[in-house]
Amino acid sequence: MNSKETNCAPCLEGDKLLHEVLPPILLRWRHAPTALLQILREIQEALDWISPEAIAALELALGLPRSKIEGVAGFYRFLYTQPRGRYRVLFADNIIEQHQGSASLIERMCRNLWVEKGKTSEDGLLSIDTTSCIGMSDQGPALLVNNRVVPNLTESRVDQISELIRREIPLSAWPDSLFVVADNIRQRGILLDSELAPGDALRSVLARTEREGLEASNARSWREGLPSGLIGPTSLIEELHRAGLRGRGGAGFLTALKWSACRNAALGAGKERVVVCNADEGEPGTFKDRVLLSSKPDLVLEGMTLAAYALGARRGFVYLRGEYRYLLEPLQAVLAARRAAGLLGQSILGVHGLDFDIEIHLGAGAYVCGEESALIESLEGKRGTPRNRPPFPVTNGYLDQPTVVDNVETFACAALIALHGGDWFAAQGTEKSTGSKLLSVSGDVAQPGVYEFPFGVSIAEVLRACGARNTQAVQVGGPSGTCVSAAEFDRCIAFEDIPSAGAFMVFDQRRDLFEVARNFVHFFAHESCGFCTPCRVGTSLLRNLMDKLANGRGSPYDFGEIEKMNHILQQMSHCGLGHSACNPVLDTIARFRPAYEQRLLHAAFEPAFDLDYSLAPARQMTGRDDAGAHFVQADTAEISNE
Amino acid sequence: MSESFTLDGKTIPFAAGQTIIQAAADAGAWIPHLCYHPEFKPHGSCKLCTVKVNGRHMASCTTQAQAGQEVESNTDELNEERRTLLQMLFVEGNHFCPSCEKSGDCKLQATAYELGMMTPHFDHFYPNRPVDASHPDILLDFNRCILCSLCVRASRDVDEKCVFALSGRGIDTRLIVNAASGRLEDTDVALTDKAMQVCPVGAILRKGKGFAVPIRQRTYDRSPISDIALKETSLALPAVENKP
Repeated sequence: MNSKETNCAPCLEGDKLLHEVLPPILLRWRHAPTALLQILREIQEALDWISPEAIAALELALGLPRSKIEGVAGFYRFLYTQPRGRYRVLFADNIIEQHQGSASLIERMCRNLWVEKGKTSEDGLLSIDTTSCIGMSDQGPALLVNNRVVPNLTESRVDQISELIRREIPLSAWPDSLFVVADNIRQRGILLDSELAPGDALRSVLARTEREGLEASNARSWREGLPSGLIGPTSLIEELHRAGLRGRGGAGFLTALKWSACRNAALGAGKERVVVCNADEGEPGTFKDRVLLSSKPDLVLEGMTLAAYALGARRGFVYLRGEYRYLLEPLQAVLAARRAAGLLGQSILGVHGLDFDIEIHLGAGAYVCGEESALIESLEGKRGTPRNRPPFPVTNGYLDQPTVVDNVETFACAALIALHGGDWFAAQGTEKSTGSKLLSVSGDVAQPGVYEFPFGVSIAEVLRACGARNTQAVQVGGPSGTCVSAAEFDRCIAFEDIPSAGAFMVFDQRRDLFEVARNFVHFFAHESCGFCTPCRVGTSLLRNLMDKLANGRGSPYDFGEIEKMNHILQQMSHCGLGHSACNPVLDTIARFRPAYEQRLLHAAFEPAFDLDYSLAPARQMTGRDDAGAHFVQADTAEISNE
Repeated sequence: MSESFTLDGKTIPFAAGQTIIQAAADAGAWIPHLCYHPEFKPHGSCKLCTVKVNGRHMASCTTQAQAGQEVESNTDELNEERRTLLQMLFVEGNHFCPSCEKSGDCKLQATAYELGMMTPHFDHFYPNRPVDASHPDILLDFNRCILCSLCVRASRDVDEKCVFALSGRGIDTRLIVNAASGRLEDTDVALTDKAMQVCPVGAILRKGKGFAVPIRQRTYDRSPISDIALKETSLALPAVENKP
């Protein structure tokens, strides 16, 4: 009797899986192995985890080996191959949220619901843990519950959520007010001010094209070498060139060059060009792409369609980070409206051969997928590991096809340039950094949110605009960017001075810059994909070094170790994640050395091993914290007495 | 006259499409490596084969040879960096050479000797990685796995079985096998598989053969890896399996 009962739950779930959940998911994704990540994500959403039965069913349905499915499922943090509860709460763990008081809110919810952070509750109802920045720093602290964002957390909000979970109210019945995410647009410029109606930019490009050039490039003409077909598409690339548009993802590669390279890449049999919008906005402290996608989605999608026209692409993807899952339905509605208006699909705006459509793929908790080749791997349904380059995506991208991967903001800029021309765009900004830049401002400011400034704006100007006071430092461009101290606030945001993908985190005099750097180092260790030795091990070693300093066990010797780790990470790592993992530490040591030195125990060497610290797990297990449960080393005692 | 580049000042000819490590091997020059194997598509993950190409650090297994490149490999700077990478590999797993059956035949150990790695330097991570001894003929000791993915590639590309794969992420990346139980005995692995022959360390071992060759008479006991690595790879014969 008993054993029958215990068998019932999984078998019911197995039935539900096979008969209800799986078929529509597989149908939606056309049984494509390249959609493995999307299929896994939808199973996770429907069943709260990826059960062994689900993997077995996928093995059959997709014809993939189980090891591959488990390999992919194991890579992404939002996919669980062990049950993690029906409610999975993940608090954003960026330093900004920590400064906003997230730690005490996490503790409060754990206490409310009697669950230990990081563990699943014994009744299997819920788990509470932390995750990397979820793009809500302007309205934090924030959390994800089953991938839905709840921003603006307060004690009462946390109590309310605890109660909803305790009463096992399904998420669909939670008050909508919990899930309201604000755009917080504080300052508008050419991008955020634009009132472009869907199709305007496309019509404008087509109108400027001579009649004979109207044949879209993916129809056939230029492939067959007919010069007439070149005029329309290449004139758009020419405008981008005049505009001097550089990629807004941070690296600043000239968009016109990228598009030409992709357009000119040799096309193998059965291959076609692909347009990908990188909406995997994972850099802690940035959220401007979220705001663009919620307030100006047509601008972005139109930019992609223009890219398709310029390159001769039929297929487009938006790779949207899993944290922005709530944007999926609104974006799909925009796509549907554009299809209905003839702006997507066959013969767009009546141009024969201009066929293009866009599908949305969601990420599942992997920062490294913001790197373009890792993003492409992920789009192909694989582990998000950056590829060996060359070859680059412009020649060998999605399924080995020429692929353009551009940032959300870049596509929006491209649409504006198509409408107004390159000279109009280049009139703003600096010579080497034309146009405007969206900044995601968060931290110790009066008005956090999105600010649009012409490139070349000084840090001081941004600080004035957002109402920052007593500012000690600004982290420009997120953890992989640059930490700037007050002495440098006259420096500019531009590719020729301080480049930025958009994050602008402000820290006032109260903040400890060592803890800021330590948070970033933890972030990199958490997000390393594990592919290459230097980054896989080095980011963890660096984290341990910073923790050693934080525990008051550091010595000058450790500075040397940090230098060494930086050298290895920069020189030997496979991709940008490893290259920049040490930046926050080096920047803060250079500018805020006292924050480090006050933590040094000795002026010489200190081993990482600390007997008393090592006894902590034993104390926790026995519930003891009396003097007898502590080991006080003579020298430490002396120092603490001083 | 074919095209050439220089490696530590020596002229190395290459054929179009060759990588630096391939051309160097053909010319008899050994560049330390662990995840590279001439029979498989390069992975480029261990980074031990990193060289300086015209002053820039590049993995020589994934970098195409080009005429006129000035490549440095056997320099104090690069060997120091390689020692650090080796130390990283040693501390992230559980490598106890004196009790390991692969001792003397292990490429990680032999390369560490070759490059003069004297200590692990870093604190050990001591990860908890249970051994899989389920298979009657094969032992899987994940403690020694360095995630080079050679078995993954061999099983997928040569054996066409996908017995092995990598799962997890970051420092928790781990080798898994293709079975619902997670146990090797429930896979279709066979002793004759290519995947059985490529493990550079003691993670995949044939049971009952561990001490067939006494210590001090094993591959790298007799000559250093720099002397024999190229002979092994050019013959494409695994060091361990072909001993009497």
